[in-house]
Amino acid sequence: MVPVSHYLTLSAILFAVGVLGVLTRRNAIIVFLAVEIMLSAVNLAFVALSRASGNLDGQVMVFFTITVAAAEAAVGLAIIVAMFRRRETVDIASFNVLKG
Amino acid sequence: MSVAEAIFYLLGGLAIGSAVLAISAPNPVASLLFVVLAFFALAGLFVTLDAHFLAAIQILVYAGAILVLFLFVIMLLNLGSALPREWLAPPPVLILATAAGAAFLLVLFFVGYRGLSVAAPLPGALPAAAPAVSGTTEAVGLALFRDFLLPFEVTSLLLLVAMVGAVVLAKRER
Repeated sequence: MVPVSHYLTLSAILFAVGVLGVLTRRNAIIVFLAVEIMLSAVNLAFVALSRASGNLDGQVMVFFTITVAAAEAAVGLAIIVAMFRRRETVDIASFNVLKG
Repeated sequence: MSVAEAIFYLLGGLAIGSAVLAISAPNPVASLLFVVLAFFALAGLFVTLDAHFLAAIQILVYAGAILVLFLFVIMLLNLGSALPREWLAPPPVLILATAAGAAFLLVLFFVGYRGLSVAAPLPGALPAAAPAVSGTTEAVGLALFRDFLLPFEVTSLLLLVAMVGAVVLAKRER
């Protein structure tokens, strides 16, 4: 039986990889993919702790997380499409229309 | 090493490896396919945790629907090649913050492992002998429609808002 701390460590490593992707990449779509990796890492921690505590609430929470991820992906990709139409690029450095 | 441990390390290594390749691949399509691979490994890990329903949802909804939406957008925008100057040059304060965060995480794990290794559970945390839960469709569905009915209904509102928002944002201005 694998202890729950191993699952939590794996979750933290995956989350750190996602943070690294968000901080270092310029392609907006890859930044969004890194956010998805971070959400999945948190899902893994939810499921592992749900299993360890003998309570299904964590798994229900993962269900809601996936729903929110779907909504976030739809709106985020719509924003990327709208910005691409205006700027002809997905470089996040060029997304500065809100800059004062 | 037992079979369960071998499966865990295999799937965990696959998840980390493909996640690292996903954020380092220059081509967005390759990056997306590595994320799909990582999500398949995560679905396998969910199975090892007896969360069968979520493993199916992870593959069907996450890898099957959300990531295919990403793929559609990449194809739509015709982003075959990498951007020039793809990598951001990290400012020094970012490097410092990363180092501080990593050190904090290390301390947290050191303390956490010592806390978890002793016989007594963490204060206010997990019961000593947790009853085995099985995340079958029936069990998750009962929890979802009995204890979490209101959040479930609010979720439908969220999806409606996201759908309307996506259509409004992506519609061509005239």
